[in-house]
Amino acid sequence: MSDSSPLQLSDRPPEAEGHLLQVEDLHVDFHTRDGVAHAINGVDLHLDAGETLAVLGESGSGKSVTAQAIMGILDMPPAAIPTGRILFRGQDLLTMPDEERRAVRGPGIAMIFQDALSSLNPVFPVGWQIGEMFRVHRGLNRSDARSAAVRLMERVNIPAAKQRVNAYPHQFSGGMRQRIMIAMAIALEPSILIADEPTTALDVTVQAQVMDLLGQLREESGMSLILITHDLGVVADIADRIAVMYAGSIVESAGVHDLYRRPGHPYTEGLLQSIPRLDMKGEELFAIKGLPPNLLRMPEGCPFHPRCHRVRDVCRVDEPALREVRPGRRSKCHFAEEVLDE
Amino acid sequence: MTQDPNVEAQVAPTEVGANAAEAGDRAVMTEPHDAYSDHEVITPHAVDGHVASRLDPDAPAVLEVEDLKMYFPVKSSGLVRRTIGHVQAVDGISFQVPKGGSLGLVGESGCGKSTTGRLITRLYQPTGGSMMFEGQDLAKLSNREMKPLRRDVQMIFQDPYTSLNPRHTVGAIVGAPLAVHGVVPKNKILSRVQELLEVVGLNPEHYNRYPNEFSGGQRQRIGIARALTLNPKLLVADEPVSALDVSIQAQVINLLQDLQKEFDIAFLFIAHDLAVVRHFCPEVAVMYLGKIVEIADRETLYSKPYHPYTQALLSAVPDVKQAAIGGRRERIRLEGDVPSPINPPSGCRFRTRCSLAQEICAKVEPPLLQIGPRHKVACHFAGELGQHPVAPVTAGLLGVDDHGSPTSSGPAATPLTSGPGYEKEWFDVKSRQMTSGAAG
Repeated sequence: MSDSSPLQLSDRPPEAEGHLLQVEDLHVDFHTRDGVAHAINGVDLHLDAGETLAVLGESGSGKSVTAQAIMGILDMPPAAIPTGRILFRGQDLLTMPDEERRAVRGPGIAMIFQDALSSLNPVFPVGWQIGEMFRVHRGLNRSDARSAAVRLMERVNIPAAKQRVNAYPHQFSGGMRQRIMIAMAIALEPSILIADEPTTALDVTVQAQVMDLLGQLREESGMSLILITHDLGVVADIADRIAVMYAGSIVESAGVHDLYRRPGHPYTEGLLQSIPRLDMKGEELFAIKGLPPNLLRMPEGCPFHPRCHRVRDVCRVDEPALREVRPGRRSKCHFAEEVLDE
Repeated sequence: MTQDPNVEAQVAPTEVGANAAEAGDRAVMTEPHDAYSDHEVITPHAVDGHVASRLDPDAPAVLEVEDLKMYFPVKSSGLVRRTIGHVQAVDGISFQVPKGGSLGLVGESGCGKSTTGRLITRLYQPTGGSMMFEGQDLAKLSNREMKPLRRDVQMIFQDPYTSLNPRHTVGAIVGAPLAVHGVVPKNKILSRVQELLEVVGLNPEHYNRYPNEFSGGQRQRIGIARALTLNPKLLVADEPVSALDVSIQAQVINLLQDLQKEFDIAFLFIAHDLAVVRHFCPEVAVMYLGKIVEIADRETLYSKPYHPYTQALLSAVPDVKQAAIGGRRERIRLEGDVPSPINPPSGCRFRTRCSLAQEICAKVEPPLLQIGPRHKVACHFAGELGQHPVAPVTAGLLGVDDHGSPTSSGPAATPLTSGPGYEKEWFDVKSRQMTSGAAG
């Protein structure tokens, strides 16, 4: 492949609204044997340059599917995107030809995955895998790609990078593997880095190292970060804004400090109360009752109402919309003001 | 619920269970079940007090572990597989678990905490040391002698997806221990199983369903029911909630607390999540590379840790409270990874990543020294964060100078506490004297 990508990203004028990435009314369905599962039901998101957005949710909430839809790596079928737009620098990624979309992946949007061991190829040295980015996208020759790989490994603080460039993934610890994944993702200097549960499999001390590294790289390169996680604590230090997902919708979005200080949705409220905290005397733990809904059989009304501790009659029949309840805060609850004011 | 559910099983009516099983109500299984809407999780317990067990300093120990060791041999490749080394997964740890109480075991992956759990349940045969349980040493028993004791020591595993046999029904899984140990007559097994399912908050009618029909949290409840089947006195819970979603974690933790209170079960609670351990355990031990580096009651360990590793571990935990006030906490950054347990560092095992490390740390291993009424720490420079002493506190006791070289005077006469329990007298780090607390 030549080094002149068919899409000159940097030449494009920024979108009038100025959002680097804008997701509008995204729906993703999965066609299964038992019926159609609505994994994502109308997600709206936006991300500005240099901003860090955390997408928080439990398993099955649609947070990873959202990321995969943005990245364009959903298996279709069984997945289908019936409606929605994903605008990257004003260009709709969903209507783009495959060729152009491929050029966005890497220099435009890159992604790191949760399980670094299974995302790396076990039979190739890590240096080769990092260098592949440069060989394929930039057309560098092998030795140049290799020295670029060494530089990247140094940038993500892998000790003795020169000696270890020819090592295989299994020769690295979990934290180091995740660094290699990060090195591959930032190789082409993407404008947006999506990190899907980047630290879930790691120990707390290593988790802190990896999160520090992500924060440091963001400062250095000015890239935007989408952090997908189920861990309320991990995002607290690094994110600017948080979007909380539940059953395929965003139920709340707010600035990180606002959200932690005062949640605006009963689900977020329950989550914050249900985590044991180091600073809490914590004898009693609040538990959100029940289970997340089955995406094949969504409940009537608000999807959270069967588990909600503030449920009223209207919640059982009428699904609330995600609306602005305070400047810069949106909540998908009929009684968001009540939750906020209490 | 009575204190002993086995007793109740014998008086409880059994027709529901036995008949349904014989009739073989298989129709239920051919229908597609929906783990989410179908299996209502019922909470039979009073909602009001999910309270963690408190520290009872006078409670007798149900388990006393002393100098426990587990070395896994490392074999060479090739035809003759010689042993070329050992992974020192657990290397001489001592602790005790009080009756009806819980001890938390925390540490990074590879520190030996799970191996410890598996040693206590005798899934591994220890290399050395003793584990006293009800007057018997679990480490020395043969498998046959162990069998009656397995009723009393049970385990909950981390991964609810792989620890249940997918081809066995829930009833078979939970009922297996009853059949193996012959505790209740065959025709009463089912009613006992249903009772247990109810105790852990599952629908008792779902005994003939398969694990794949349940969600992760519900499967963990099945694992808990299985562990409870024989009325254990000690439960080893190996990361019981780390595979679960946050909102489900709280449900399972509350369930474990209720069960502990109801049946007076002692817990060895193994987890890497410090916040969960703090919530559950009144006493916590921190492990690093096969050793306990610090053990203390909850308040001391979390508010005034003396070991630099504990301090670093605590500071690495993301803090939700800080985020709410917009602050960012200073972190102690640990460089690098845990060294290989095949060839651990000499002296103190933490010294390669420790900011306080000096010459003595490489030469002499710090003993696990009792420094408070319920506080032991293994560090030459033990002290509160930012107040670590300049000279090693252990030098006099070990008979070495401040650089770790032996002195002529030899070790001090005062015995270094290394047993599982706590002594009435301890070494005060500030005055460097033995004290009993009453005087100081």
